[in-house]
Amino acid sequence: MAMLEVKNLGISFGGLRAVNGFHITIEKNQLYGLIGPNGAGKTTVFNLLTGVYKPDAGSILLDGKDITGEKDIEISKAGIARTFQNIRLFSQMSVLDNVKVGMHNHHEYSVLAGIFHTPKYKKEEALMDEKAMELLKVFDLADMAETNASNLPYGKQRRLEIARALATDPKLLLLDEPAAGMNPKETGELMDMIRFVRDHFDMTILLIEHDMKLVSGICEKLTMLNFGEVLAEGATSEVLNNPQVITAYLGE
Amino acid sequence: MSFLNYLISGISLGSVYAIIALGYTMVYGIAKMLNFAHGDVIMVGAYVVFYSTAAGMPAIPAVLLSVVICTVLGMAIEAVAYRPLRSAASPLAVLITAIGVSYLLQNLALLFWSSNTKSFTSVVKIPALKVAGLNISGETIVTIAACILIVVGLTLFINKTKPGQAMLAVSEDKGAAQLMGINVNATIALTFAIGSGLAAIAGVLLCSAYPSLTPYTGSMPGIKAFVAAVFGGIGSIPGAMIGGILLGIIEIFGKAYISSQMADAIVFAVLIVVLLVKPTGLLGKQIQEKV
Amino acid sequence: MKKMMTKKAKQNAITYGIVIIGFLAMQLLSATGHMSSSLSGLLIPFCYYVILAVSLNLVVGVLGELSLGHAGFMCVGAFSSVFFTKCMENVITNSVIRFIIALIIGAVIAAIFGVLIGIPVLRLKGDYLAIVTLAFGEIIKNLVNVLYIGRDGNGFHFSMKDSLSLGMEPDGQVIVNGPQGITGIPKDATFAIGVILVLITLFIVLRLVDSRDGRAIQSIRDNRIAAESIGINVTKYKLMAFSVSAGLAGIGGALYAHNLSTLSATPKNFGYNMSIMILVYVVLGGIGNIRGSVIAPIVLNLVLDYFLRKMQMLGNNVVLQFLSDNRMLVYAIVLIVIMLFSWSPKMIEWRERVFHKKAKEEA
Repeated sequence: MAMLEVKNLGISFGGLRAVNGFHITIEKNQLYGLIGPNGAGKTTVFNLLTGVYKPDAGSILLDGKDITGEKDIEISKAGIARTFQNIRLFSQMSVLDNVKVGMHNHHEYSVLAGIFHTPKYKKEEALMDEKAMELLKVFDLADMAETNASNLPYGKQRRLEIARALATDPKLLLLDEPAAGMNPKETGELMDMIRFVRDHFDMTILLIEHDMKLVSGICEKLTMLNFGEVLAEGATSEVLNNPQVITAYLGE
Repeated sequence: MSFLNYLISGISLGSVYAIIALGYTMVYGIAKMLNFAHGDVIMVGAYVVFYSTAAGMPAIPAVLLSVVICTVLGMAIEAVAYRPLRSAASPLAVLITAIGVSYLLQNLALLFWSSNTKSFTSVVKIPALKVAGLNISGETIVTIAACILIVVGLTLFINKTKPGQAMLAVSEDKGAAQLMGINVNATIALTFAIGSGLAAIAGVLLCSAYPSLTPYTGSMPGIKAFVAAVFGGIGSIPGAMIGGILLGIIEIFGKAYISSQMADAIVFAVLIVVLLVKPTGLLGKQIQEKV
Repeated sequence: MKKMMTKKAKQNAITYGIVIIGFLAMQLLSATGHMSSSLSGLLIPFCYYVILAVSLNLVVGVLGELSLGHAGFMCVGAFSSVFFTKCMENVITNSVIRFIIALIIGAVIAAIFGVLIGIPVLRLKGDYLAIVTLAFGEIIKNLVNVLYIGRDGNGFHFSMKDSLSLGMEPDGQVIVNGPQGITGIPKDATFAIGVILVLITLFIVLRLVDSRDGRAIQSIRDNRIAAESIGINVTKYKLMAFSVSAGLAGIGGALYAHNLSTLSATPKNFGYNMSIMILVYVVLGGIGNIRGSVIAPIVLNLVLDYFLRKMQMLGNNVVLQFLSDNRMLVYAIVLIVIMLFSWSPKMIEWRERVFHKKAKEEA
């Protein structure tokens, strides 16, 4: 069974068909790329998958479970986590707390337990601290656990956002232009890291990216989106050599 | 008093709200901020007219002087207190500062003009109109006429002139407007200038109809006019007029038929109902947050 | 990890310590006969101002929304608790026990109002939320002013018109009398209880902020869209912050009311002027800085009310006279200057430049 199976997904904004008939099938542990020119509807697809927008057509199956039209909270609980094109961290919170808040739905205790520091509170907090520090070590952020997220340099902010997404213990990780604003060296490190995340966490990853070096370097399969519709899909090299794809990118 | 009399005084009060609401709605539409001090500019405008007429100045030059002073005041407030915070990290920053400016104006007025209630002499010298048993005061006629003139004038200004088009552009997208060569700072300053000039007129009309003037005179009508702007749809000029007039009618009817003590509560209840049922107001448009 | 925990705990301990030391210092002053009557009259107000500022900071600083209706919740707490006290005046004669129950009632009813008002209001944000909370605060004040409640042999009577329409037996007693409010309130509030209430408020707010729920609330403040993406229930946590804040404001109101003999709702005590004065404390102490909300009300009131008056007695200084006569003017200027100084991007840049320069010179 595929980890993500999307059929005929669509949404309109005020008469404009932003995404139409979108489909994708991602196998477990796959590294999948979503490409296309600016305005093709890639981020809209992410917003549909994560419940920010409600689709007006189609179905989304995550690991066999129908999550079509669910709210973002339910979709997060079901196991989709994401990062954002323009980084969205909790800037006034510490790096550690950014990760701990990601575990919100996995370590629960009541408000009163939190106020009176019951044994349950202590146990859950200790567990969260431990897991969060492990994650931070993986992303080389452990020594900055107490720093405010806004004080991190750009590259580390991107990494923290991925760490936070993983803290929600997802089945599918969506990365929206993870290499945006990075130099070639940083992009190289990012590629290693994405591969590492896939292997270390046994993760299924769908990413949006414009950097073709990154896409051809790590993605196993691609879907190319143009004007809200799937123009091509398949193995990475196939799609990148598809003449239609080249035309769409370079223009007529 | 009859139903029709209440209706006319409702429209009259509502026209004042509408003129104030225009200032709110333009500033909100273009600078995306709630100018809490707008109501207090009204009070300053009324005091200027009060003192200049007391010193022997005829009504029309006094009103013009008041418009000039309020325009300068509005632009000064924008430049000193709001502009530095336009790109602040927290959206609360400029709102809290605006509250501070509101208090500053009230307390400066208290300092200069004392808390004693001044009895404002109406600047309107037109006799009352008697039609079919109704008695329509000169103030009412002038207020309603001024409101209509201002709404027509502003609509023409925004749609037909270059600075007006620049305002529309800035309200749509500040960044894009800047790239198109529009001077965003100047456009926002102009918006404040117009809004504050209108506030002066509203202050004179308000105090001509309700002649007691204190440093707090502007604050409640200011808040109610914001309610009117939200009611009509923030950012919309016809919306501000419709919202203002409806709110004036609701307030006067509430006072007359329900409870005079509860009139303010009724006005605020309208705001809450509108925001819950149709948050964009009667004529407002939906803004989607970008993810 | 251990080190970090203790760091947070240490910061909180300092905050509690400030309150306790302040209390002991006041006790020392009065034991040695140095307590002036003007200062002793400020002690209980200090307590409720701190409670109100800390609780408002939970909404403004931790949740990141501006509530201008805080005085409304204070009003609910004040009236509900005093109503209870008046009804039980002859039943529960121990003033401490009676006051404790009254405080709980004030807090719970204010918190219920917080939930009821929060459900519709919290769908909004920013300017709209601010203005709607202001509206609710004014509505509460207005409603209290037309509320008449009396009691006779047949039980309670309510009216929204006047005391005559309560239709009571001749032996009946009007408890809440419209704009006249409630009279003859027993003075159950003491400074010691006030300080304990401050400590309880701090305990609740500091611990809440540092828990799973507090992190969720802060994440909404920092980035609502990201918070939703990791499965935070935004409405639930907004409502939690709002209602806890309202409940604590209710405690502040109850303390305020039991320090008076007559309680009535005026624009001065429960209007939005009061809400804004509390906001000044929060801004002065630092938005999101709980300790600042403890210190700011005390410092502002001490400076403006007490020291200025003292200094005036020594020499008739025009400037001092001016400052103490125009307290709200000073508040307004403080508010604007602090906001410009701490939030303007240019000022932040300037501060960093100066700060870095200094650091370099020292190195």
